[in-house]
This record gives sequence, C-alpha cells and structure tokens, in this order.
Amino acid sequence: MNVDYLELTDLTVSFDGFVAVDRVNMSVLPGDLRFLIGPNGAGKTTLIDAVSGLVPATGTARWAGENLVGRKVHRIARLGVGRTFQTATVFEELTVAQNLDIAAGARRGLLTLARRRTSLPEVVVKAMDTIGLTDLADALAGTLSHGQKQWLEIGMVLVQDARLIMLDEPVAGMSAEEKDETGRLLQRIAADLTVVVVEHDMDFMRAFATSVTVLHAGKVLAEGSVAQVQADPRVQEVYLGPGEHSKAVAEAVLGEGA
Amino acid sequence: MNLKSFLSSRWAVAAGFAVAAVLLLVVAPALLSSFRLGLLGKYLCYAMVAVGIGLAWGRGGMLVLGQGVFFGLGAYIMAMHLKLADAPPSTGVPDFMALISSDGVPAWWEPFRSGAVTLIAIVVVPAAVAVLLGLATFRRRVRGAYFAILSQALAAAFAILLIGNPRSTGGSTGLNNFKGFFGFSLRDPANRMTLYVIAVVALLAMVAVARQLMVSRYGELLVACRDAEERVRFLGYDPAAIKTFAYAVAAVMAGVAGALFVPIVGIVSPNDVGIVPSIGLLIGVAIGGRTTLLGPVLGAIAVAWAQTSLSERFPSGWTYAQGLLFMLVVAFLPGGLASLRPIVRGWRERQRPSRTADSAGVPSLSGSSR
Repeated sequence: MNVDYLELTDLTVSFDGFVAVDRVNMSVLPGDLRFLIGPNGAGKTTLIDAVSGLVPATGTARWAGENLVGRKVHRIARLGVGRTFQTATVFEELTVAQNLDIAAGARRGLLTLARRRTSLPEVVVKAMDTIGLTDLADALAGTLSHGQKQWLEIGMVLVQDARLIMLDEPVAGMSAEEKDETGRLLQRIAADLTVVVVEHDMDFMRAFATSVTVLHAGKVLAEGSVAQVQADPRVQEVYLGPGEHSKAVAEAVLGEGA
Repeated sequence: MNLKSFLSSRWAVAAGFAVAAVLLLVVAPALLSSFRLGLLGKYLCYAMVAVGIGLAWGRGGMLVLGQGVFFGLGAYIMAMHLKLADAPPSTGVPDFMALISSDGVPAWWEPFRSGAVTLIAIVVVPAAVAVLLGLATFRRRVRGAYFAILSQALAAAFAILLIGNPRSTGGSTGLNNFKGFFGFSLRDPANRMTLYVIAVVALLAMVAVARQLMVSRYGELLVACRDAEERVRFLGYDPAAIKTFAYAVAAVMAGVAGALFVPIVGIVSPNDVGIVPSIGLLIGVAIGGRTTLLGPVLGAIAVAWAQTSLSERFPSGWTYAQGLLFMLVVAFLPGGLASLRPIVRGWRERQRPSRTADSAGVPSLSGSSR
C-alpha cells in the first residue's frame, strides 16, 4: 500500500525579485488525479520545476518523509519522483525499448551496465503494454508521433518506479482520440500513485480530474472538485475578467456547472 | 533479439578482428619496408587516440579538442623513464639535463626511474586528470562549445608549460634520442618489430573495449546523455558520472597511445601535444565517422597517411588540404565517410522504386547495427 503523499508548505520560487510561486500550500494524496490549472504565467510549471529540483525554492516540499527542496535533481528522482516535460523529451536515436530500459535502470550496478542487454526487464514489457507501444518496441523514438512520444515519456516515468508523477501538459497538440486515451491511461495510473497534471485544456481537465488546484500569479486561488472550482467566483474572475458573468459565458469557458 | 542474430553478430565481430589482425600483423610487415612499417606504427598510435575520441565525442557528445594533453602525459611519462634508463649509471642524469645545468634530476622525475611506476602512471595519471576535470566541468553543466574551448585551452596551456621548462622537459625540442626500451635496444630491427606488434595488439584491444562499451547498457546511457542530458537526470542518473567515465576511458587510450608513440617514433615534443595536433587527431575521427566503431580508426590512419605522403610532395600544402577536408566533411557529411553507406543505399532504393520502401527494416535491438 502506497502511503506516501506530497505536502507543500509555503513553497516559494523567485527569480531576481519576481515571485513566480508565492507561499503555496498544497497536499496531494495517492489515488488522487490532481490537475493544476491557471492562466499563463500563473506558476504551474515553475511549481513542478521546484518540486523536481530544476529551480531553487524556499519552504518545504515534503514527500515520503523527506524534504525535496534543496536536493539535486537525480537524488529527488531516486526518491520516486518522476516528471515529464511540455515538449516530450525522449532519446530520439534509441528505440522505444531502449528508452524504457534506461528509465528502469537508475539503480543498476556497474557490472550490469558494462554488459549488453540480453532481455527486457519485466517492468519494461508491462509498461509498453500499458502505454500501448508494444508493437513499436524496436522503432526509434525519434520516428514516433507527437502523442506516442508523450506516452513513451509517461511510460519512462512509470518504469523508473516513480510514485509521485508530475506531467506538464501531457495532451498539448494531441488529437481528440489521443487525449481520451491519455486520460484513461492517467486514470489507470492514478489508482495507485500520486499524480499531478499541469494542463491548459479545460475539456480534458473536466473529463478526467479528480481534484483541481487553481493557481493565479503564483498563489493558490481555489482548490476542490471540478464543480467546486468551476463555481468559484474568483476563478471565474481570473478566467473571464472582473464583474458579473452570465451563466452561459461562464459555462462556455469553464464548462457546465459553472 | 533472437539467438541466431546474436551468434551471427558475435561471429562476424570475431571474424572482423581476425581479418584486422592478419592484415596488420602478417600482410603489412610483408609488404612494407621497415621505415614504412614504423610510420604505420605511428599512425596506429593516432588511431588509438581516435578510438577514445569516437567514444567521448561520437557517443558521449563531448567535443574533446584537447586530447593532446592526455597523449602528452603518457608520452612524457614514458620518455622520462627512457631518458633516465639511458642515463650514464655514474651520474644518473639524462644527457640533455647534464648539458643545460649541473643541478641533477628534478625530484618529480625520480619516481619514473622505476619501470613499474612508469607503466602504472601511464594509465593512472591521464585517468586521474580526466576524472578531476570531468567532474569539475560536467557537474557545473559545462558542455558543447564551452567544453570544447576549455579542453583546447588546456592543450595550449600544457604545451606552453612544457616549452617554459626546458631544463626538466627539454623545452620546445622535447625529449628524444632514446637508446633502449626496458632493456632492449631500439636500434635492433627485431625489437622495433616487437614494438609495432605491441601497438597492433593495443589498438585491437582498445577497439574491443570501445565496442563492448558501445553495445552495453552503458553505451545506450551515454547516447541518451548526449541527446537529452536533462531527461537522464530526471530518471535518477548523474550524467556527470556517466560522461566522466567515457572521458576517462578516452584519456587512458590517449595516454597509452602517447606512451607507445615515444619508442616507436623516437621523439616527443610540444609539437605533438598542443592545439594543432589535438585538432589533427579530431579531424580523422570526423572524416571517418565519429559515431561508428571503426570510422575513427580508419579515418585517423587515412589522415595521418595522407599527411605524410602529401607533405612529402607539397610541404606547405597539407595544412590547407586538411582544413578544407574538415570543412567539407562538417558542411556536407556531418556523419563522416561512414555515413556514405546508408546514403548510397537510400539513393539506390530510390532508383528502384519497385522495391518496398520499408525493406530497410526497423533497427535491431542489439544496437550492433549502428
């Protein structure tokens, strides 16, 4: 049973005086599929950058009993924290299987590294099935479609044994069917793991989010279920501008129930 | 990967090594004069450096413009030992030192009186320097052109250091006029033949090591670091350690090459370790094809051979030819001559449109096809 959870306390990131993430407090439990939304520049990506160690931060980001703030990227990764990037970053000149094999191998000893791979680890075979790329195991990652690359990256995070997974706009640029498949994939993953998704796509968010945190100007504006967040007048104000909004307008942007 | 392809690739590799060994150990000595064979031995030393550059640059993406440093470390360590061994037993001071001053041998030369210390130092010193440098630069995420400039500056500094200390390093003349090699006279043709054989064996061993590193999981990881270092970091690896290892292996190869260069060629000077020779080593790798196993070896030998034969006829023309060749390869054939084969194959496929386009097939998992 996975009992690790993510708890951010007063997490702050500033670049030369500009505060990109401002004293954010947030907890995400396992089994949750948490969406992080907000207008451009709200600090969503910076927040997961801070948790994964890419940018320096203050405050605490507690995960599995450890504070992640101030640790090196590869040390954080070894604590079971995985992430993807806005533009899928895979090893284009290696095959799908090789990509996943590398992702699964951060704890390998020198002797294993020095030898040729004779068979694929079971986790890799399983992950290829999960992300639906078994038939493309020997294809170079550079030849995959945009959506397939995103799935491969999610697969790499899965086999690296991450229990906290942070995805940065996983469905950007995907077709409607690809989005649906990705959403169902995320729901399957989130059953056992802690998943945080940064997303701009409101339809996608409404269809698959378990809970939502809205960021605005680096601060947490609202948090709750999809319906609660949609109905929040402050959220409507951020997305639609100040003043009263007709129900029809609000629903057009934020979806039904707003 | 099925068993059949595994066996066939393994047999193919063994056959390749056997053919290379026969060519270098039987055919070349039978056809070449002892002078030409000595030259070939020298080219083999350059080829050893090239194997390391292929690993560090081709696979690891580290543009090592200063391999002359490691080549020079190995060469000077060996040369110091040979000079000390040649020195008259009464004084123990090498000839060139006795000419310049009467202070005796510098303290840091003394350890190299011992043959065992020398042989260990030839491997350990380049490796240690590379590990220190590699960790210091790769931890700070220095890469690309910045790393290239840094390594090149190092080669320049090393050459200047050598020239600036004529009493202990022979200055710009370098160290030369070696008489013996671990008790064997270097004038004896049989001993010179033995040295050539040692160079062949060393080169083949290095190619075997490089091949194992390329097909291993480490080799895949190194390519991954080259293409998306951040991704590797986020998977829980330390890319600095991965790259430093390849850099150190390349440094050891260059050091051993330098150590064999000294008795085979009979001289080492700052002209063999500075910026120009460092780039010269790299050009062969670029022309041959840096990401392949044999491209760097063949490229380095071909360029060194062309340099000798062309500079015999056109003494000043070679530098221009070398520069032109390098520019042409970088501009039109970034993968080197080794990339011609797939290009030609693709061109032929287009000439015969009846054949199915996907006959090129999906690359095999073994990685040996690359």
